[in-house]
Amino acid sequence: MTKEKKYWKGLAELNNDPIVEKLAQNEFSEEIPVNEFLGDSDLGNGSTSRRDFLKFLGFSTAAATLAACETPIQKVIPYVVKPEEVIPGVANYYATTIYDGHDFASVLVKTREGRPIKIDPNKTALNARIQSSVLSLYDSGRLRNPMKAGVDSDWETVDSDITSKLNEIASKGGNIALLTSTIISPTTEKLITDFSEKYGNVRHVQMDEVSYSGMLDANESSFGLRALPTYSFDQAEVIVSFGSDFLGNWGNTDCATQYAKGRNPKNGTMSKHYQVESTLTLTGSNADERLQIKPSEQAGLLSNLYNALNGNTADSRIDKMVSSLKSAKSSIVVCNSNNTEVQILVNAINNTLGNYENTLTLSSPSYLKKGNDTDVTTLVSDMNAGNIDALITYNVNPSYTLVNADEFNTGLTKVGLKVSTSLYMDETAINMDLRKGNNEDVAYVCSDNHNLESWGDAKPSHGEYTLMQPTINPLFNGRQFQDSLLSWSGSNTKYYDYLKNYHPSNWEERVHDGHYSEIDEDIPMFHELDVVVPSFKLVKSEGIEFEVSEKISMGNGSQSNNPWLQELPDPLSRACWDNYLTMSATTARDLGIKNWNVSNGALNGSMVNITVDGKTLENVPVMIQPGQANGSVSMAVGYGRKNAGKCGDGVGINAYPLLNGGVANITIVEGIHHEFAATQLHHTMMGRDMIVKEASLTDYIKDNKAGNHSELYHTHDGPKKASEVSLWDEFDHTTGHFWNLSIDLTSCIGCAACVISCHAENNVAVVGKEEVRKSRDMHWLRIDRYFSSDMTEKLSEKDKISAIDMYAEMEDPSGTPEVVFQPVMCQHCNHAPCETVCPVAATTHGTEGQNHMAYNRCVGTRYCANNCPYKVRRFNWFQYSDNDKFDYNMNDDYGKMVLNPDVVVRSRGVIEKCSMCIQKIQEIKLEAKKDGTKVQDEKAQTACSLACPTNALVFGDVNDKTSEIQKMKKDDRAYQLLEHLNTAPSVFYQTKIRNKA
Amino acid sequence: MHKESEIRDPLILGNKTYHDISKDIARPVEGKANKYWWILFSLSAALMLWGFACMAYTIGTGIGAWGLNKTVNWAWDITNFVWWIGIGHAGTLISAVLLLFRQKWRMSINRSAEAMTIFGVAQAALFPLIHMGRPWLAYYVFPIPNQFGSLWVNFNSPLLWDVFAISTYFSVSVVFWYIGLIPDFAMIRDRMSSKVAPMKKQLYSLLSFGWSGKAKHWQRFEEVSLVLAGLATPLVFSVHSIVSMDFATSVIPGWHTTIFPPYFVLGALFSGFAMVETLLIIMRKVVSLESYITIKHIEYMNVIILLTGSLVGTAYITELFMSWYSGVEFEQYAFLNRATGPYWWAYAIMMTCNVLTPQLYWIGAIRKSFVWTFVLSIFVNIGMWFERFVIIVTSLHRDYLPSAWSMFSPSFIDIGIFLGTIGFFFTLFLLYSRTFPVIAQAELKTILKSSGSEYKNKNNE
Repeated sequence: MTKEKKYWKGLAELNNDPIVEKLAQNEFSEEIPVNEFLGDSDLGNGSTSRRDFLKFLGFSTAAATLAACETPIQKVIPYVVKPEEVIPGVANYYATTIYDGHDFASVLVKTREGRPIKIDPNKTALNARIQSSVLSLYDSGRLRNPMKAGVDSDWETVDSDITSKLNEIASKGGNIALLTSTIISPTTEKLITDFSEKYGNVRHVQMDEVSYSGMLDANESSFGLRALPTYSFDQAEVIVSFGSDFLGNWGNTDCATQYAKGRNPKNGTMSKHYQVESTLTLTGSNADERLQIKPSEQAGLLSNLYNALNGNTADSRIDKMVSSLKSAKSSIVVCNSNNTEVQILVNAINNTLGNYENTLTLSSPSYLKKGNDTDVTTLVSDMNAGNIDALITYNVNPSYTLVNADEFNTGLTKVGLKVSTSLYMDETAINMDLRKGNNEDVAYVCSDNHNLESWGDAKPSHGEYTLMQPTINPLFNGRQFQDSLLSWSGSNTKYYDYLKNYHPSNWEERVHDGHYSEIDEDIPMFHELDVVVPSFKLVKSEGIEFEVSEKISMGNGSQSNNPWLQELPDPLSRACWDNYLTMSATTARDLGIKNWNVSNGALNGSMVNITVDGKTLENVPVMIQPGQANGSVSMAVGYGRKNAGKCGDGVGINAYPLLNGGVANITIVEGIHHEFAATQLHHTMMGRDMIVKEASLTDYIKDNKAGNHSELYHTHDGPKKASEVSLWDEFDHTTGHFWNLSIDLTSCIGCAACVISCHAENNVAVVGKEEVRKSRDMHWLRIDRYFSSDMTEKLSEKDKISAIDMYAEMEDPSGTPEVVFQPVMCQHCNHAPCETVCPVAATTHGTEGQNHMAYNRCVGTRYCANNCPYKVRRFNWFQYSDNDKFDYNMNDDYGKMVLNPDVVVRSRGVIEKCSMCIQKIQEIKLEAKKDGTKVQDEKAQTACSLACPTNALVFGDVNDKTSEIQKMKKDDRAYQLLEHLNTAPSVFYQTKIRNKA
Repeated sequence: MHKESEIRDPLILGNKTYHDISKDIARPVEGKANKYWWILFSLSAALMLWGFACMAYTIGTGIGAWGLNKTVNWAWDITNFVWWIGIGHAGTLISAVLLLFRQKWRMSINRSAEAMTIFGVAQAALFPLIHMGRPWLAYYVFPIPNQFGSLWVNFNSPLLWDVFAISTYFSVSVVFWYIGLIPDFAMIRDRMSSKVAPMKKQLYSLLSFGWSGKAKHWQRFEEVSLVLAGLATPLVFSVHSIVSMDFATSVIPGWHTTIFPPYFVLGALFSGFAMVETLLIIMRKVVSLESYITIKHIEYMNVIILLTGSLVGTAYITELFMSWYSGVEFEQYAFLNRATGPYWWAYAIMMTCNVLTPQLYWIGAIRKSFVWTFVLSIFVNIGMWFERFVIIVTSLHRDYLPSAWSMFSPSFIDIGIFLGTIGFFFTLFLLYSRTFPVIAQAELKTILKSSGSEYKNKNNE
């Protein structure tokens, strides 16, 4: 504003040339009223005064401040033309099917305003990965367009290129190979047949990442049927599993449901479950008796079992099992071995026990696994021999999952036409496009559609069909594989019509239901097993043996870009964002390997190099895992992805190269250590038996309150229960609703389906490995896992061990632990310690038994979290949404589409916790009010209770006299966690009953 | 027979006259600061600024900047809060309780002890504010009428009691302090030349509220002082009792203890006197008050430290006994874990500094030594900080469900904020020592004549 300085634009102006003056006049009709604006007429003559300067400064600062204070506006745009079926704020449900080549489920998809936001069970139970697949739909790392030679292309180009090349190959009589996951869709199978007919010489190879080929081959040779039997775990009195994790990753999700059904102590009977394994699996952790063996002992022990059942003497370790099996009316023996001979032996054992067509049904076989190892091996060697001219992959990622991936990758360079159908630019798609060989070879990546964007069908078992329907328009320019096949086969039909023609009758009804049964051809009843029963010697190798395992969260690794799954703690190790070598404490001690906690409690571990069968994995972290057999180690597959996306890349180490297992050579890498992210740092109950109450079945039959006798306190009035000596004014819960949640610790298998369901329903934030390591996971619902310890209070009394030593020893879990799982969420105390301490009354008690949390009112003193005896309250340490430091689904425009609009996304600085899905309760209450009826018990569900495959979580209104929950509340097994505190929770547990003497 | 009563040792050394006192007290205000002052001030100011930066970072990004986690939701923040509040206690005790008990030795130290109280409480008050997840909504904790409907604070919450207790304490302390300052400000005003320092003179005139030393003024001054002393006395006991209820009313083993209110008050006095000693031993050197703050004062305070330290030790042992006697395994474990668990070292520091080392004051030579006192007072300050750390962190990190057990480790922000408050405290104190009359000279002059030795010495000449 100072005008003392004069600037001139040239000598002409400086010399006051008249031309300049004239030009200046032409440009502006009048002088700009600077002086007027500045408000001081003599300003033009002199400098701006200090006062004016301050005035302007003040004004502009104030203006800038005011402008900055404006709240960012987010526009909500109403429908211009409202779709008929969409009512804003009301969810629509669609029945469909999820099958990603690994997990199968018939599901109900909840959509809001056209967006699928949650997956609920329909005909089958769900696991954590199926629940999470709704987030994978919104993965912004998915392929946006079909690709040709590594760059975006369009479908016309890709189709014409591929078709012409296929025709060329076919005319030359070349070989075309289709490498797919197990195909359970009958229409897709038919399409592949059509495709094969069109081009001839088409070889269809199916593969499973973790193969069931041995078992399928065994069944083929035993029964002439290459399929898995349908299991009825609920019908078996005795269940014997040799390493098979049927509650986790082996078999299907319904196994868990059946298993829990057969283990209801209420009837006075429970199945007896023996597990013989080297790696502690979810199934093994639920077993009544668990025997730890080295992987090499499996075949010998099975042989031993077979001989014992046929009258010979058994290994003393399996004596009990043999007598149980012999006396049981029905039983199941399963085994995870991929060795055909071993599986034939298992078939023979089951046959001896008379289990076929009893608990194992081959007349309605399961088609969920069809992979064939021999076919895959042949394909890879043919590729390397240059005998394959075209390779089309679908739903598989062999460059990552094959044990001989390197060989496969080399083979790829010798294939003329390479087409990958995938949701991602994954390892296989990238490897296809390396163009190492013939320069003319161009790879194509056909961006697939997610299950939730696709039409389809599935035949999971004989006579059972499920249908898949899209729940959202494809987000990207993808096309489902079936449409591609049709297009390449030269057909003009759309897959939708093709599908509809295949299921002609009651189409709409069947799509609506999502499933139907129809037996088209009978499979002959199995009668006699006609094979030579192989026999194995019991050998035990001296070295340390390696086997792979699968995590409940990551499975085969296809969803590794899913932050929910990455942050889902492993039920047994409680670590997330990682895989690692699990090892027993004894083996670790022998090798000098350590796990230790650093100053903030986080877990660190030694790192090793491991060589199995000539293949070496370097810098592998070791987790000491109670329950791992001495002399054996294991590592989960599904990690170490290179091209999964921003969340999955570089997490863990790829264990697929060691898929076949064997004797391992382990050497410690000195000088470095690994940082784990574990959500539970302490593994035993420290003698606090009232946390998870337990009783044996025998005791339970004698006394239904076994293990669940309340502690009595001495008063002037005689001994009383904690709840009877209270200073609290009781809330009146006799009228209206009183929502309660029962958690049956006998049924809970620790599968974590509820955890993901809770994430999806309640917009729980993902915080990443670093934050989990700082014990700041945001899980509203956690599944505590406790191992038993060799030290007990009784033992310390007997051996006169001091309390200090006793507690020190109690911290160490036993090497052969008993395991308990305990889901813990907000207990909704009716005498809530959190409610009294909040200075601003942000957490208050609801009239229906819930403990409410008003986020808007919370100032974040965290006093409530400190005073919570269950430690279920979670604090938003940072802003977890729209923050580049937390680059997960809440920082992503696609990822945010999965958010449940009924639940607020919490801001930083507030406490959050389980609300007992108050939004779901509100919904059913409003519905009932609208209909003028009472709230129906079966409609009352929380996300966790709905997701539970074993019905361990039961939710409802205890004031509803017909409800299941009020029966559960009166059950002799019911107890409240930390009852002696008299917090009077609305959540209660049912004693864990083990089938033990 | 001539019997002469023994004359007590004078409280002020160096044969001071009234004028000497005025000169000595006004010297730091009127003169230039010495080298030590500048060194200490720069150091404190730097620490303070660093602390402010750490606070700003916390408010900008979230409490996640600290080392807290889902299990340990309070650690250094509340430890610091209780520590600073505790430090404040000696000031009120000296000025109020000792006034009521007519303990004249307090006059040399009460002004600085009160200043320490106010500056300490100011540090303490920072923590409840910045430990909030959303400090910009801190006004929610005040019961102010609002437009949110019938939204009101929760009067059941000890944190709310804290808000009232601390604000009451702070305001009463400030008023009490200020009333005492008025005649002294007037003295400085009167000594100032309006020609040499007109601004300063004007300022001190304003601060002295027109004090003219009339008999009526003195009468009112005495009355108000007495009334305020009466009001402040219960506060000495109430504030820390209420702070202790943050813990005592909870359900967490190690917190849920009825012994806490007296135990906390004793601990507060203990730490308060230690901090008074630390400050005064520095101050008597930095602003040359050796004649006024004598070994006698130090010895009296050491006796109080010895007493309160022993009582605190008794409380620790009572806690251990009660946990054993209760028969509650959670209680038993909480205390066993304190002493032998992963934070055993913190417990050991606490026990050593609070229970063992103060016992050295039984030895007269140590009790009457500036050097020993200074060292031991630092020990007590450290020990009392660890006492709060032990109570808060070791109780929280392993409570009921072992699945939730965790550990705590401070981040550099945690450390920065704590150091920052120390810097802030000393910055305030150093500024105070250069601008305020650091000894209540008006009161002090009343005890000058009570020392008859000077008169006697004169007669003997």
